[in-house]
Amino acid sequence: MSMNRKIAYINLTTREIKTENIPEKIRRLYLGGRGLDNYLLYNHVSPNIDPLSSENVAIISAGLLVGTLASASSRTHVAAKSPLTGFIGSANVGGFFGPEMRQAGFDHLVIKGKSEKPVYLYLNNGKIEIRDASNLWGKDSCLTQTMIQKELNDTDVKSLCIGQAGENLVRYACIRTSVKNAAGRTGIGAVWGSKNLKAVAAKGTMNIKIAHAMEALEYNKKIIDQIVSAKVSKTMQKLGTLFIWGATNSTGLVRTRNFQLNQLTNADDVEPESIEEELVGTAGCFGCQIHCRGKYIIKHGKYKGTYDEGPEYTSLGAFASEVGCTSKNTVLVGNHLVNYYGLDTLETGSMISWAMELYEKGILTKKDTNGLDLTWGNDETVIKLIHMIANREGLGDILAEGPIRAADIIGKDSLKYQIHVKGMSNLHSDERPTPALALNVAVSSRGSDHLRGRPAIDLYHLPEKFLKKIYGNPVPYDGPLTSDYRDYEGKPWQVIWQEICYEAVDCLGICKFHTVFLGPNMPAFDEWTKLIYFNTGMEFTAKEIWDVGDRGYTMERLFNIREGLNRSHDNLVDPYFDEPVPLGLPVVRGKFIDRDKFKIMLDQYYELHGWDENGVPKPETLEKLSLNNEPSGLL
Amino acid sequence: MEKILVIDSEKCTGCRICEQVCSVWHEKVVNTYRSRIKIVKWEMTGEFLPMVCRQCDNAPCVQVCPMEAISKDSDTGLVSVNYDKCIGCLMCISICPFGAMSYDFIDNKVMKCDFCDGKPQCVRFCDAQAIQFKEKSNTNKDAMQTAAEQVRKAATSINK
Repeated sequence: MSMNRKIAYINLTTREIKTENIPEKIRRLYLGGRGLDNYLLYNHVSPNIDPLSSENVAIISAGLLVGTLASASSRTHVAAKSPLTGFIGSANVGGFFGPEMRQAGFDHLVIKGKSEKPVYLYLNNGKIEIRDASNLWGKDSCLTQTMIQKELNDTDVKSLCIGQAGENLVRYACIRTSVKNAAGRTGIGAVWGSKNLKAVAAKGTMNIKIAHAMEALEYNKKIIDQIVSAKVSKTMQKLGTLFIWGATNSTGLVRTRNFQLNQLTNADDVEPESIEEELVGTAGCFGCQIHCRGKYIIKHGKYKGTYDEGPEYTSLGAFASEVGCTSKNTVLVGNHLVNYYGLDTLETGSMISWAMELYEKGILTKKDTNGLDLTWGNDETVIKLIHMIANREGLGDILAEGPIRAADIIGKDSLKYQIHVKGMSNLHSDERPTPALALNVAVSSRGSDHLRGRPAIDLYHLPEKFLKKIYGNPVPYDGPLTSDYRDYEGKPWQVIWQEICYEAVDCLGICKFHTVFLGPNMPAFDEWTKLIYFNTGMEFTAKEIWDVGDRGYTMERLFNIREGLNRSHDNLVDPYFDEPVPLGLPVVRGKFIDRDKFKIMLDQYYELHGWDENGVPKPETLEKLSLNNEPSGLL
Repeated sequence: MEKILVIDSEKCTGCRICEQVCSVWHEKVVNTYRSRIKIVKWEMTGEFLPMVCRQCDNAPCVQVCPMEAISKDSDTGLVSVNYDKCIGCLMCISICPFGAMSYDFIDNKVMKCDFCDGKPQCVRFCDAQAIQFKEKSNTNKDAMQTAAEQVRKAATSINK
């Protein structure tokens, strides 16, 4: 059965490897993937360690349904204490590594210590080998994967790896696989770099038994039909997440020039339809029919002829709106370079735009930038800075430290211009007109983040009756819900519902585009009961899956509290409250977040979570979620 | 009425759901290495090509089999293996020019596409329609239609 996959503990200092079964009791509490990673982090990472020391623990996992007949069951999760925020480090990635790791016999890897020399791990049919990676060190994230395939003489080998950014301990280096897939956020690539861990490769030919194979096949077809028939999926099949940028930029919901504007004007060249002209097709992750990755070949300049995939919303934000550039070639090259080096595209764009604002304000001068002109919209500078960050050269060495540390180094008023939560930069969207989305970024467990709990469907003006149907299941909710995205009423519950939904989907290893994220009619808890049963034979009610999500999210809270998190961290930077958005449609223009109403939303959010007014889970909440004896050391 | 799997590599997104459902249909497990179809990838340049048995008219596997275990059905066009006769010499694997005859290392037997009892699951699950199940006499129609549309468009613009 798919549940017989193992957990392995690998100590890179002593080179000891220990393999264990994962007890069913643990499965019932955490399912797998992100949920079980949280458990492992809380149980294996000592409080207050330096995230870039050998004491940190790098975790890799496949969700419970990865590789099985659950649409887009491709997801791998990575975790560690974040070198960017000091709180939980946690990121999710598609591609083909997860299914290969499961066919190789493993669900979770807990990597401890630090290797003396660069190494990579090779998982193959129940065995793990620690192999020399000296020749891979210094190589980019695509070449690394190809070189591993050549060394092992097998093009079926799939790898997760770091690029030069991870080796250079850039605090927002990501974990990469395939051409563009990235476990982007919280800087886990730097943790791998600090351990001299270049890659983890897998090839496996072990069966993943499907408990009720024919039922699973038929049900998967039904789910796929449900997903591909949604209008949002049809758009995604052509444009990927670029379409969101087009729609929200025309409204005035795109963070522009750091946080000065909320709309990029004169943007014809970077509109999704214009970028679509560059696409030569789309590519999909394992088992996914949405295939949201655009395929392109750069047509102009130094990188002419280079193949890459994307760009997504975030790279368009990072290398166009944020930095005030309006050239699609800059977006395509920038997207290529962050993939090449293994950088989080979001954090990279945010750090560059922040530096540009400091330059505009005179906090950074040509003396600090070694003559580099950081004027808004300087395409050459943007590309140059990506290289400098990845290689930690000059100003890039400072920007590589992430929002808080870089502001500490530069000093003056520089922190004031940082748009971050818990030390991680905000997405390139502007949430001032949308309280639900603003609350989500403020409370997100891994720092500002839309993929922890964004109620994106709040932007669709759905009828309240329909909202009640979504948000009133699988646990009843009889509080208010409103169709207007500018309201504050009922939004805390929407954020919580999405947090638990996304946690659950990350435990299962299914992509968020296959649940209620961008489309309201997508599968959720009810459908997952059947997917779990047909594929694994385990019986879960929708409420039990909800509880797993709730437990996982609360465990993240416990980890953060142990690292010093309190209510003050669940906040937005001042411009959200003090500076109304200057541009956009009349529905959004002039909007900002009301401080008092935000406070009320936060109070309600804590209360609905069963947390006290400081955001600490109450004893009865912990007991209800069987978290009252953590760390419990079961694994 | 002979049918065949028609492949359009331009449409393939490389998601490998065909490999997944093929292994489940035949073996009740997910094991992409026990699939009868395989997406050959040049991943770093984004090129994907589904490879599967072509059900050849003069199939080398039929000709090479010393036990006459492989035969082609004259009605359906399907080339299939009679496992009662097969001795596992693997000559069929050696001679197949497409590498489409492969070896199931768990059940220790050769394996090839069998059209899933007339309902190929790879076709059913490929939303991108990169694999289609068509009558042999119809395999050129889509390409002809596409070319005709291009000619028509060109002719219309010239006449304007």
